[in-house]
Amino acid sequence: MSECPANLKANPLLSRWFRLDERPLMGVRSGKVELGQGATTALAMIAATELGLELDQIDILAADTAHGPDEGYTAGSFSVEHGGSAMRWAAAQLRELAAQAAATVLGTTADQLVVEAGQFRRLGHNEGVTYWQLRDRINLGVSVLDLPAPVLRGGTIDDGHTRRPDLVGKLSGAGFIQDMTWPDLLHGRVLRPDHPQDRLLSCDDAAAKALAGVVAVVRDGHFAGVVAQSDEIALAAIALLRRSAQWQRQAELPLDDGLNGWMDQASPLSTCFLDEAQPDKDLPIRHAARYSRPFIAHASIGPACAVAQWHDGQLQVWSHSQGIYPLRRQLARTFGLEAEHVQVTHAHGAGCYGHNGADDVALDAALLARAVKAPVMCLWTRADELSWSPFGAAMRMELSAGLDESGQIVAWNHAVWSPTHLARPGFGDGVNLLAAGDLAQPHARPPLADAPRPQGGGDRNAVPLYDVGARKITHHLLPQGPLRSSALRALGAHGNVFAIESFMDELAALAGRDPLEFRLAHLSEPRGRAVVEAVAKAAQWNQDDPGGEGHGRGLGFARYKNLGAYCAVVVEVEVAETVRLVKVTAAVDAGEVIHRDGLMNQIEGGIIQAASWTLKEAAGWTQDGFKTRSWADYPILTFSEIPAIEIELVAPEGAASLGGGECAAGPVAAAIGNAIAHALGVRVRDMPLTPERITQAIHA
Amino acid sequence: MGAQGQHLTVNGTEITLSVDGDTPLLSVLRDRMDLKGSRIGCTEGYCGACTVLVEGKPVQSCNTPVWSVAGKAVTTIEAADRHPVLGEVQKVFVALQAAQCGYCTNGIMMTLAGLLSQSPRPDRAHILAHLDERHLCRCGVHARVLKAIDQLLAHSEGGLA
Ligand code: FES
Ligand code: FES
Repeated sequence: MSECPANLKANPLLSRWFRLDERPLMGVRSGKVELGQGATTALAMIAATELGLELDQIDILAADTAHGPDEGYTAGSFSVEHGGSAMRWAAAQLRELAAQAAATVLGTTADQLVVEAGQFRRLGHNEGVTYWQLRDRINLGVSVLDLPAPVLRGGTIDDGHTRRPDLVGKLSGAGFIQDMTWPDLLHGRVLRPDHPQDRLLSCDDAAAKALAGVVAVVRDGHFAGVVAQSDEIALAAIALLRRSAQWQRQAELPLDDGLNGWMDQASPLSTCFLDEAQPDKDLPIRHAARYSRPFIAHASIGPACAVAQWHDGQLQVWSHSQGIYPLRRQLARTFGLEAEHVQVTHAHGAGCYGHNGADDVALDAALLARAVKAPVMCLWTRADELSWSPFGAAMRMELSAGLDESGQIVAWNHAVWSPTHLARPGFGDGVNLLAAGDLAQPHARPPLADAPRPQGGGDRNAVPLYDVGARKITHHLLPQGPLRSSALRALGAHGNVFAIESFMDELAALAGRDPLEFRLAHLSEPRGRAVVEAVAKAAQWNQDDPGGEGHGRGLGFARYKNLGAYCAVVVEVEVAETVRLVKVTAAVDAGEVIHRDGLMNQIEGGIIQAASWTLKEAAGWTQDGFKTRSWADYPILTFSEIPAIEIELVAPEGAASLGGGECAAGPVAAAIGNAIAHALGVRVRDMPLTPERITQAIHA
Repeated sequence: MGAQGQHLTVNGTEITLSVDGDTPLLSVLRDRMDLKGSRIGCTEGYCGACTVLVEGKPVQSCNTPVWSVAGKAVTTIEAADRHPVLGEVQKVFVALQAAQCGYCTNGIMMTLAGLLSQSPRPDRAHILAHLDERHLCRCGVHARVLKAIDQLLAHSEGGLA
């Protein structure tokens, strides 16, 4: 790395990144936040390595709009790739500044110094001077843009057993935003309808106000909420409001046929972004197939939560948002404030896999807190969480291809229909916080858009990495569907890779070729080949395994976003009344590894979550509204359903870090589908791959 | 039932709280006693994030009214340093980093501590069936939890606590 990383250029003051305390700790503040994925540990390890500190000398400070850098969203597996390179450069810069100060104190030059456990000393000498002793001599107010590029040490010090500092506290007591407490903290809840198209017309505020312990009933347009002395009282007051609530239905929902039939009626914004000249000869093999996935819930185990407080017209918010700066700007816009008058401080929430209700509840809390003179904690209910949190978007993929005489693919066509996968607050002109549209002076949502290419949203990973001849790829962006959608881990990659990799198996079968051999024959990208070959070896791929009788194995491969980590997966299944995952073997190339155990944990979790989506999950609706309101309506994978998991990390020497948290989603989905097809001889193309659908396919 | 004195023993300390007997134990622990290690998850008895021990047995505190535990011994994750089996479970979970966000983890550890303290000790299949019924994890840490269970079962062969 020879150029200052973009995230640091945008936040060049070292004081945004570091705080040198009196106690012997180095405060480190990134704009990337902890979502339960271990990002802050990886970033602290990078800082420790460059600064010459032990990990336990680092104090990981909360991301904060008043003090820390603006690094946008923590998303897209970029924490280490972008946040890490900025942190590395900033830390190296601080080390060099400190080394110069140390050299002055020790009467030598910086190049004669080593730094270990925070102490600079001359080679061969025992006495030295620490960062903390140099406190008054280091100017953190300096801009890195005014300094020469530092020498980066590179890598991290990791024996493979580095433990996450944040987990120690969480696993013995408090540690989450829901655990924050002040003596004067009040509790807020909001009233949300059971139907996505309902708006509140009226409710009996007086009854709720009369309840002992209710401090305020807040009404603003179609928004209603309560503030109370305790959370139980707030819930009881909401129940009273709900009993008297009159709703106005703005539209009826289309029928949910489980197969995205509603998409037929929607008019898309279509872009054919890759259109190569098709071969004008007759091809001996042509094949087409359609695949789908439903809306999928984030389904975080902890409810969305925020704390808000107003002082003199200025707003302070604690949030588990993925983007504290974008949230700040959106809150400021909603309330007509200058951004400087809103402070957002990050606090840890339960596992976050994308744009969930974290930002929406922050606005809820701010609206409620405005009515009182104390901090208010607002929590969502489980029902809110499974219905009003944005969903991962439903998708339909139609693929067709042609093979020549030699059995090679020479023409490939992929079309994907999907509502947006990216409606995060701050994207586009408007306010994308749930309650903002309900206020007496409503704020409009931004115009319809999806994540731009090359990363893409609905079209993420729609372009195959294989050599497939003439490609035609079309993205049909649908207006908002029956359910509100936004970013869920991997975005469109889950559906597109499921489709591409299922289709590859179908084509291989038509050409009478082995799925592994067929893929390698179309894959010249060396790092892609390397993971496919590695997983085949690790899983002892047997070309002659005929499958059948309920036993099968399948392969799936992709490079996440065609820009990120490479992942190949082999899944072994046994199918009887249900699909039992026997074993998942994965090979991942995520480039340079910063925190090995953390990366492994992310990949394991990604595999299990993707298996859950693929086999079990679908959010639906009826004419009465949301169908998923409790865990009973939304089953996820359980402990006895977990396969054996084996992961191999491979990467070429010197390759830069690529985030690993999302790369397995598509390959796992496809490998499961392919394994079921191998086991039964029939294919299910619509997720979730439930026993009912498998039975249907067998009898079709 | 109106507010009245509720006598409880939490982590070895006896206390009397003036609270409605129907108040969920979870709220009493979190809001009245500032014991935040028992998590607020679904509050509907599905996810297990709120699990504590009552008289040594794993119980979901979100749907346990406080009157029903009057006079009984309640143990939460905060007592890990005083409860040998729970302490051992916690140690293994930390060593294996058997958590991602960690929101579900304390509940799971409480259940394991409860089950592993029983005699005779239940086997793996029984433990998994229990977890299937009462615990959810969204981050997908199940594989590490299973590893932790295997390690704990192996330890206890050799006489855990
Ligand atoms: S919070 Fe008690 S079971 Fe979910
Ligand atoms: S570790 Fe996050 S829910 Fe289990």
